[in-house]
Amino acid sequence: MAEFFVDRLSLSAPVGYTLAALIQCVLIVALIGVAALLFIWMERKISGRIQDRWGPNRVGGKFGWFQTLADGMKLLTKEDLAPKDAQVILFRLAPYVSFAASFSAYLALPFADGWVIAPMTMGLFFILAVLGLEVFGVILGGYASGSKWSLFGAIRQAAQVVSYEVPLAMCAVVPVFLCGTMDLVAIGEKQAGLFTNWLVFHDPFTFVIFWVYFTCTVASVNRSPFDLPEAESELVAGFLTEYSGLRWSFFFMAEYSSMLLVSGLAAILFFGGWNGPLPIFHCIGWAYQQSETTWRLTGYLANLAGCVNFLAKAVLGVTVMMWVRWTLPRLRIDQVITVCLKYCVPLAAICFVGALMWQTLAWPSPNDLVPVTPAGKAGVREQWVLQQAKNAGRENLVGVSGPATDMPVTDIVVRPLEQEGGEG
Amino acid sequence: MTTADDSRILEFDVRTEEMLINMGPQHPSTHGVLRVVLRTDGEIVFRAEPQIGYLHRCAEKIGENLSPRQWVPYTDRLDYLAGMNMNLGWALAVEKLLGLEVSEKVGHIRVLVAELGRIASHLVAMGTYGLDLGSFTPFLYAFREREKILNLFEDVCGARLTYSYMLPGGVMADLPPGWLEKCEQFLTELEPVIADYHALLTSNQIFIKRTAAIGVLSAEDAIGYGCSGPVLRGSGVDFDLRRDGELYCTRMYQGYTYQVIVRKDGHYPKDHDYPPVPPEAVIGDCWHRFYVRMLEVVQSIDLVRQGIERYRQAPGDCGVPVKMTQRLPKGEIYLETEAPKGQMGFHLISDGSAIPWRVRIRSSSFCNLSIVPILCQNCLIADVPAVIGSLDVVLGEIDR
Repeated sequence: MAEFFVDRLSLSAPVGYTLAALIQCVLIVALIGVAALLFIWMERKISGRIQDRWGPNRVGGKFGWFQTLADGMKLLTKEDLAPKDAQVILFRLAPYVSFAASFSAYLALPFADGWVIAPMTMGLFFILAVLGLEVFGVILGGYASGSKWSLFGAIRQAAQVVSYEVPLAMCAVVPVFLCGTMDLVAIGEKQAGLFTNWLVFHDPFTFVIFWVYFTCTVASVNRSPFDLPEAESELVAGFLTEYSGLRWSFFFMAEYSSMLLVSGLAAILFFGGWNGPLPIFHCIGWAYQQSETTWRLTGYLANLAGCVNFLAKAVLGVTVMMWVRWTLPRLRIDQVITVCLKYCVPLAAICFVGALMWQTLAWPSPNDLVPVTPAGKAGVREQWVLQQAKNAGRENLVGVSGPATDMPVTDIVVRPLEQEGGEG
Repeated sequence: MTTADDSRILEFDVRTEEMLINMGPQHPSTHGVLRVVLRTDGEIVFRAEPQIGYLHRCAEKIGENLSPRQWVPYTDRLDYLAGMNMNLGWALAVEKLLGLEVSEKVGHIRVLVAELGRIASHLVAMGTYGLDLGSFTPFLYAFREREKILNLFEDVCGARLTYSYMLPGGVMADLPPGWLEKCEQFLTELEPVIADYHALLTSNQIFIKRTAAIGVLSAEDAIGYGCSGPVLRGSGVDFDLRRDGELYCTRMYQGYTYQVIVRKDGHYPKDHDYPPVPPEAVIGDCWHRFYVRMLEVVQSIDLVRQGIERYRQAPGDCGVPVKMTQRLPKGEIYLETEAPKGQMGFHLISDGSAIPWRVRIRSSSFCNLSIVPILCQNCLIADVPAVIGSLDVVLGEIDR
């Protein structure tokens, strides 16, 4: 977008980039904010149906769709209260830390092929790192509240999130190794085609590791049965105890946006991202080809459909989290840590080794059943690496193995492209 | 053998400053206005001390200024989740003082309604226990069924919470026409959903992990502290006032077939289909207390079924309640009945006037709560609601 401002409208570079950044900020806050509102409404409806009741059905006409907005207005008008014992500045600051961390992680999340605010080759790393910052807001808020219950919540959050980041990273890194890149767009592209190409079906280990990933994400976004930091029946409301009004809702929004984020990440890492179960847009030739860079309407529409596809998968993940929440009791803190250290970490480690072995030994995988593009599944990767090599100014390469484009040419194994093409 | 000068001990014995923390009286999981003072080191609770008195309404003193008939509405408010059973206890106590005999029909009505009250109370106990452990849905399911019981009670006496239905000398009114059919309909609706409760809680692995071997109460302690009801039977003591009580209490249950729900010789009475006891569970732990309640619901369904049949054939009328000005014979009586939460005792001393000279209440919740400091020693904070919830205390009964 910045290029558009600078090149087409001939604005100066700083102005163009600032403008683009502003627009993207507003877009993301609006999108995720609306998504959070929708999720809160959805959670109420889903919990209602699970519990054999209606859920909201009055406010705003049918289905009570206005309920969350009405509640939001109520929260807006509430007094901005800080307890007497609180460290007021930190107390006020904490919700923003959580909120900002949770929202800025969306910078690297691709919503469709190339639809990512800040394309980065380290997208996954960025998301995990930034999402990990959310815990600071909670710790800060709990610690600065001047309430013992809040302190308990904060300490629990610290213990829980920090320990679950280990298996979470181990799970998330498997698709990275399978695809040879941390670029989420490239990981998504690799899974184009039929649903058999999704990495969750790559081998039994990736199938298992998805569930480990899902468990860890539920724990890291504090959803039941791992919602200990705000355990209502034990800690009153945990770190949220002293918060009210808008500051409380900021924490709330952060929670829901994190849920969407980790579900979206799961969709990209394991469920083909924006690629539908059937490659309709590839077959009718609307989708962008790998090398295409010019804008065209059909490609845009294909991307739009991909975006819907991606959001559907992410929302499905969120729905499963809600379903789990309204079904299961809560674990105890020692059990939460036990689940992490005794089950998730070893399981993730075994699956990590297993999945890599499967890939290295080239055992048969459902991912090889149907070729992605005419060039074959391997072709996508080759083309991507080729593209990177091209960007790095090494057009003379025909085929490389290994993602590192900064390596000296002599370190790269050069293979003729024809051999790979025959495979597809 | 490790000794104090073992260098490894210092390494692991990291103690932080002891923290004094109030759980309640405004806390979501203390079942009303109970305050528990916790002394904690991090997540570990050294000592939990219940503090009561936030719901004291001088019920006993009021009882010394009103005639027994007038005091019936106050008994509703003792254990407000089982008002019928509270009425029953008081009615039987006054009848014992007066030496009244009630007709067989009244006895069956009382069994019917009291057992429905027991089901309602246990459903609430089950649902709120789910809440204590962080599971919301069973609570709503329990209240859905409880609502139906309240509808039945409303048909009987017009009230949904404070019934004042069972009066000394009889009941307020006979069962309305068509009520028995409604009641049977409700029982057929309730039976299948019990499997849902078992699936959501009893046999749920997280639930078992949270409750099994937590808050283990030995039979000796249970007897020594005067625990009663499901808490006592959950510890494996075979005692139920419906069977073992005084004649005034057991008379109405004569002819009914039922078994006391208690684990004997390593198993529970095998009348019904219910999930097996998990290997982790220890007799006397939270899981067993919960389980006993769940089985008592099934037992009560059976009793209500029998009561319906026997009511249909029973002779007699629905009794003549004592008048407000009825003079009481001089004397002192004490009668305990088996309320849902345990043994509910009424102590009544009369000096010969229409108004009792002394009224005292022996509440099961009070005794059951008194073991909290024992059960919550060196447990985790999360276990405190798990233990208190499994005792199923109602503060209206404790503070009176």
